[in-house]
Amino acid sequence: MKKEEQLELYYQMVLIRRSEEKAAELYQQGKIGGFLHLYIGQEAVSTGLIAARQPQDRVITAYRDHGVALNCGIPANEVMAELLGKATGTSKGKGGSMHMADPARNMWGGHAIVGGHLPIASGMALGDQYAGNDNVTICMFGDGATNIGFFHEALNLSKVWKLPVLWVCENNQYGMGTSVERASAVSEIRQKAEGYQIPNERVDGMDVMKVYEASQKAIEWVRAGNGPYLLEFITYRFMGHSMGDPERYRDKQEVERWKEGDPIGIFRKQLTAKKVAAKTLDEIEERAMTDALNAVEFAEASPEPELSELFADIYAEEVHK
Amino acid sequence: MREAISQALMEEMDRDPAVFILGEEVGVWGGTYAVTKGFYDKYGPERVKDTPIAENAIIGAAIGAAMVGQRPVAELMTINFAFAAMDYIVNQAPKLHYMFGGQFKVPMVIRAVGGGGRQLGATHSQTPDAIFAHFPGLKVVSPGTPEDAKGLLKQAIRSDDPVLFIEHATMYQVRGDVPDEEYTIPIGKSKIQRPGSDVTIVTYCKGLELSMKAADELAGQGIQAEIIDLRTLRPLDMEPVLESFKKTNRAVIVEEGWKSYGVGAEVASRIYEEAFDYVDAPILRVAQKEVPLPYNRTLEQSALPQVPDIVAAVKEVLK
Repeated sequence: MKKEEQLELYYQMVLIRRSEEKAAELYQQGKIGGFLHLYIGQEAVSTGLIAARQPQDRVITAYRDHGVALNCGIPANEVMAELLGKATGTSKGKGGSMHMADPARNMWGGHAIVGGHLPIASGMALGDQYAGNDNVTICMFGDGATNIGFFHEALNLSKVWKLPVLWVCENNQYGMGTSVERASAVSEIRQKAEGYQIPNERVDGMDVMKVYEASQKAIEWVRAGNGPYLLEFITYRFMGHSMGDPERYRDKQEVERWKEGDPIGIFRKQLTAKKVAAKTLDEIEERAMTDALNAVEFAEASPEPELSELFADIYAEEVHK
Repeated sequence: MREAISQALMEEMDRDPAVFILGEEVGVWGGTYAVTKGFYDKYGPERVKDTPIAENAIIGAAIGAAMVGQRPVAELMTINFAFAAMDYIVNQAPKLHYMFGGQFKVPMVIRAVGGGGRQLGATHSQTPDAIFAHFPGLKVVSPGTPEDAKGLLKQAIRSDDPVLFIEHATMYQVRGDVPDEEYTIPIGKSKIQRPGSDVTIVTYCKGLELSMKAADELAGQGIQAEIIDLRTLRPLDMEPVLESFKKTNRAVIVEEGWKSYGVGAEVASRIYEEAFDYVDAPILRVAQKEVPLPYNRTLEQSALPQVPDIVAAVKEVLK
C-alpha cells in the first residue's frame, strides 16, 4: 500500500476515535438517546477490512456500526446527525446509532438483532450470484453472533450455494458481558467455519496492515468464485458494551493491558518507523479532531425531522388506506 | 386454485428475469403442494432453488436478494414454519424501508400455506394470519378465489414491498373462472363477492368458501347476505365493509383463526368506531375454538368454523 493510502487509513482510525469520544460526551449530555455502542479499540478491523474492498463490494455489519459507516465513506456529519436523530442523518433520524446505511456507498446497514443480518448477507451474495456479477458481500459480526442459529444457517447456505460472501468475525472477546469462553463451545471462532468446510484464518485485529493484507487476500479469493471465506480478527473494545455498562465482567488491569496495544498507537509507530514525520501525523490527528468537531456542530445545527416523517416510508409504494 | 397460483408464478417469471423461487422442495420435488410442478425443468436450478430446511436462511436470503434488486418468491412449506423465521418476517423485512429512511426496498414475496382440516396435528394446522397482519411495513394477502389468487400474486411479485401471501391447504382443488387475458388485482382492496341486503358477512380465504355456502342456505330461507371478502389483511380496506354495514346494520365476521385477538376483533372494532350509529345488533364472530387443533377428524372439525355456525350467527344478529 502506498504511503498516502496508509496515511488516509490513519486519518480514518483517528476520525472514528475522535467522533466516538464526542458522541460519548453528547450521550452524557442527553443529546443522544437509546443505545450507543462505541467502536473505540476496534478501529483497525473495519479500517483495514474496508480499505481492501473494491467499490462494488457490499458491506453489512452489526449494531457497532459508526466506524464501519465512516470507513465506507459516509460523511462524519451524517453519522453524527443520525446519532442526534436529525433529518440530515444517514437514515433521516429514524434509525439511530445502530442503523447507519448508505447503499450508494455500498454500506448496507448496521443491524441490531444479533446474528440477524447474516442470512440477509447470504441473500445479498445470492442476488449478486444470480445477477452474474463479481461483487463480494462482506459481512461483519461479533463473536456473540456465532452462537445463534442464524450464523449456522447462513454459513451452511453460503457453502452449499458457493455464495460470494466474506464472513468477518470481530472477536472482541465478549458478547455483551459474557466472555467467549463462557458462551462458545470452541474458543477459536474460526473453528466453527471448519464445520462447514469454509476456509478460514485467525488474524491480529489490532494491526491495521495485517487486517488489510488478510482481507485483501480473502476478498479476492471469494471474488475468484471459490465460495465463502471466514476471517476472525482478534480485537478488544476499550469501552463498555454500550454506554452505562458497569463492566463487572472484566477487571481494569485487563483493559489497561489491551490499551497498551492501542491500534492507533501501533499504526503510528509503524508509520514513524517508515519515516513518516511526527508533524505529518500530528496534522492528520488535528484534521480528524476538526472534522469530528465540525460534525457535532453540523448535527446540532441540523433540523429535527418533520412530524409528517412519522408516516413516511412505511411502504415503498402508495398503499390504499 | 393451484393452477391459478402456478400461472401467476410462471407468467411473472417469464415477464421479469429478476423473479426466482426458493424454498424447501420447490424444485426437484415440484413443491409439496405441487404448485411449482414442472418449474424446475422449465426454468432450471438457478431460478427454482431447493433450499436446506432452514427457514431463517430461506427468508433471510430472500430479503437480502430483494435488497440488491432481485424479486425472490420464497415458499414456506407451511405457515407454521414461519415461526422459525419470525425475526425475518416481522422484525426485518417490514422494518428495513422505514428504519433506514427509505434507502432500502424489499420486493419479496413469501408464499405460505396455512389452515386446518387435514389432520396434521396442532403444530401443522394453524391459521395465524392475524399475527402477521399486526406489523406495519408488511403486506398480508390471503385470497379466497382462483381469480383473486392469480391477480393478487402477480401484483405481490411486482410490489416493491414485502408481501406475505397466505394460501389455504384445503383450497387447492377449488374451481373458479380465471380471466384469459393478462391482469393484476391491487393489494389492499376488499371486494363484494356476493351482493345482499339483510346482513353483512365479512370474511376472507377459507371463510369465503364457507360463507358462500352459508349464504346459499340462508337465501333458501329468504335471507340475503352480502359477503365482503377482505383479500388483504394489511393494509386493511374497510370501505366496502362500512358501506355494506351502513346498509344492513348487522354483521357477522368469519375467520378460520382463533377468535381472540383475531381478524374479527379488528374488523368489529373498526365498525363500532366508524359506524356505531348504524349498529342494530351486536356484531358476532365465527372463528376457531380456542384449542390447539387435535388430530382426530371429528374433534378437529368440531374446532373449526363450519357452515352451520355461520348460518346460526346470521340468524342471531337478525333476531
